[in-house]
Amino acid sequence: MGVNRRDFLKITGLGALAGAGSKVAADLVFKDQAEAREARSNKGAFVGKRWAMVVDTKKCIEKVEKDGCRDCAIACHTVHNVPDFGNPKDEIKWIWQEPYEHAFPNQHHPYTAEGLEGAPFVVFCNHCDNPPCVRVCPTKATFKREDGIVMMDFHRCIGCRFCMAACPYGSRSFNWRNPRPFIQNIQENFPTRMRGVVEKCLFCEERLAEGLSPACVEACKVKALIFGDLEDPDSEVREILHTHRSIQRKPGLGTMPQIYYIV
Amino acid sequence: MYDGGKIVAGLVVFLAVVTSPIWYNVVAGKAEYRPDPKIVSQEKQCVAPKAWMTAMHMTLLNSWRDSVVREDNRVYVAANGKTYNMSLSKTCMQCHPNKSEFCDRCHNYASVNPYCWDCHVEPKEKK
Amino acid sequence: MIDKALIGGKKYYGLIAVLLGVIGVGFLCYLWQFFHGLGITGMGRDVSWGLYIAQFTFLVGVAASAVMVVLPYYLHNYKAFGRITVLGEFLAISSVAMCMLFIFVDMGQPLRVLNVLLHPTPNSVMFWDMLVLSGYLALNILIGWISLDCERKGVAPPKWIKPFVYLSIPWAVSIHTVTAFLYAGLPGRHLWLTAIMAARFIASAFASGPSLLIILCLIVRKTTRFDPGKEAVQTLAKIVTYAMIINLFFLGLEFFTAFYSRIPGHMQPLVYLYAGLEGHGVLIPWMWTSTALAALSLVLLVNPVTRRHESVLVVAVVSVFFSTWIDKGMGLVVGGFIPNPLEEVVEYVPTLPEVLITLGVWAIGFLILTILFKIAITVKEGVEEAGA
Repeated sequence: MGVNRRDFLKITGLGALAGAGSKVAADLVFKDQAEAREARSNKGAFVGKRWAMVVDTKKCIEKVEKDGCRDCAIACHTVHNVPDFGNPKDEIKWIWQEPYEHAFPNQHHPYTAEGLEGAPFVVFCNHCDNPPCVRVCPTKATFKREDGIVMMDFHRCIGCRFCMAACPYGSRSFNWRNPRPFIQNIQENFPTRMRGVVEKCLFCEERLAEGLSPACVEACKVKALIFGDLEDPDSEVREILHTHRSIQRKPGLGTMPQIYYIV
Repeated sequence: MYDGGKIVAGLVVFLAVVTSPIWYNVVAGKAEYRPDPKIVSQEKQCVAPKAWMTAMHMTLLNSWRDSVVREDNRVYVAANGKTYNMSLSKTCMQCHPNKSEFCDRCHNYASVNPYCWDCHVEPKEKK
Repeated sequence: MIDKALIGGKKYYGLIAVLLGVIGVGFLCYLWQFFHGLGITGMGRDVSWGLYIAQFTFLVGVAASAVMVVLPYYLHNYKAFGRITVLGEFLAISSVAMCMLFIFVDMGQPLRVLNVLLHPTPNSVMFWDMLVLSGYLALNILIGWISLDCERKGVAPPKWIKPFVYLSIPWAVSIHTVTAFLYAGLPGRHLWLTAIMAARFIASAFASGPSLLIILCLIVRKTTRFDPGKEAVQTLAKIVTYAMIINLFFLGLEFFTAFYSRIPGHMQPLVYLYAGLEGHGVLIPWMWTSTALAALSLVLLVNPVTRRHESVLVVAVVSVFFSTWIDKGMGLVVGGFIPNPLEEVVEYVPTLPEVLITLGVWAIGFLILTILFKIAITVKEGVEEAGA
């Protein structure tokens, strides 16, 4: 059974001394949530109020069509120990490319602009503001953080796959078998998963905690992926969305996806 | 009670079989065996006193886990005011890289099988 | 009363042995799945629920249908059902047990099942489903057992049981409503996103459940000295008739909305199921079998001459049972996943171990049913012989 920090401190009898670091105390000291969060993060961590991603699809498509670039997916799947089972049934994907008409099935028509039909669009978890996967999870194994990241607690997931049925983007993958033997180079500082749990893109929350941008953003040589805080009026993502026309995947479902595509 | 004698005899045989490992260890003189974990550490002081860690490390680890994963709270303030990054691989195992001697000795003895290492990657040990 | 399940004839022991054999095979396959993972099934990232959840969905309906004998007997004092209410409740017990087992075998981390209770999450329909299913199981065990015990002793059931009986009536409706809500609230799964899902579930439940109960009653009459009664069977047949008509009417409504609105997302799963999509259509023969059986059953059930003829009635109710089993099982669950959210067609076919595990769970259900029916029938035989 889980012991929350407060109970835990009571158990240890160290509460009075250790209180300064706890969430409860920090919330009292700092009125501002983000400030409070900064206080309980490690030095240099990226702290935001509403993380989001903008995909500059023109740059991305040009690069992919030139040299078949898959840099973002390779970087992500390497640092996160994503296995390669070699068959589409068991496949686990955090970030990948889909043809335009599959990424945006509602936008597609017979007179789609030349070059758009079949063009690769990079897709991943939309970190929805109103995530159906979180709503249906029976154990809170998937939940939305204060900063908007739709997070997974792999320790708690019971593998019921209700979230996979609920996600309208196909962004979730299940470990149909033990992934360990199918990871080529296991990275020591990130856990693998075990069989029977669901996984997906976590917006590199573990990298943000160390002051690093997401692995896909870092890996993109043409700067087609822009990551930032939508609640920060001076952020790059806000600036781009303000000056460009952007679309989201299946906005009509009310999930409020936080991945924006500049077309 | 019908067939009382048979039932009692059956129960006696059952108890004898079930408790046989205990008697075996008593006879073989292994009953007093104590596991002897080897503590290698690069720091002088752990995040909490040794005796407390021996008894409560699982509670601490669970609380760290929930704190980091669920609350995005990664800073642990120890009793002496020192702060630590709450991380199994990056904090605990950096200091105690000898999993087989440090973790497994007791866990094997107690026949507990924590699922930490199903996902977290154990540090490579020098042979 | 349990002792009555221990003494039986050769056929009884034979049936138990066969069921245990099927359970054994299923259990071995489950061990394989337990250690290897759900990868031994046909499910994959696109069709992530399959045969197990299909059985679960169908069986919740069978469980809920006990209310169709409880309600007329307790609320309308319909005496003919007095003889079979316990049978209905015992059928509900074994169905709920199967439902729970099908959820369990579908879990990726079955040992963490208690997380649902350790971290209760009221916004998840699955949390409520677990609550209502456990509650329904408890209610039926309590009511069924107490009433049967009173029947054995020849006394009237205690007064305190009445509130539980009345509670079990809306509770039966709730289990199937909540199960429908598992599906009906998911954005982007167009086949499931329909307001009449719960109503459809209940209609098909009241067709399939009483159908099974009719079959069981006729088997009981043939193999034991207890006769559930011709009137009870005929009334059940009328319930099946109306429920099946309503069920097919609701299904027709789905087709109208999809094909008159011409919204692609709503049409695609139905097209996939009945005609195939992009060259894929493994379920087409199954769906048309379901349709043909439904049509046959309607012809036989609506006509009073054929319905009253018990040997014809058997054909009709067996048709209803298998028609709804296909439509509400594989058709509904698998159809909801095709096409996938990226509008690609990826099909699903269960694997052999998956089928064997499924049969194993059904066998456990029938084992529970056999034992409970054996107890109930032995008690009833004893009461009738003492009265004669």
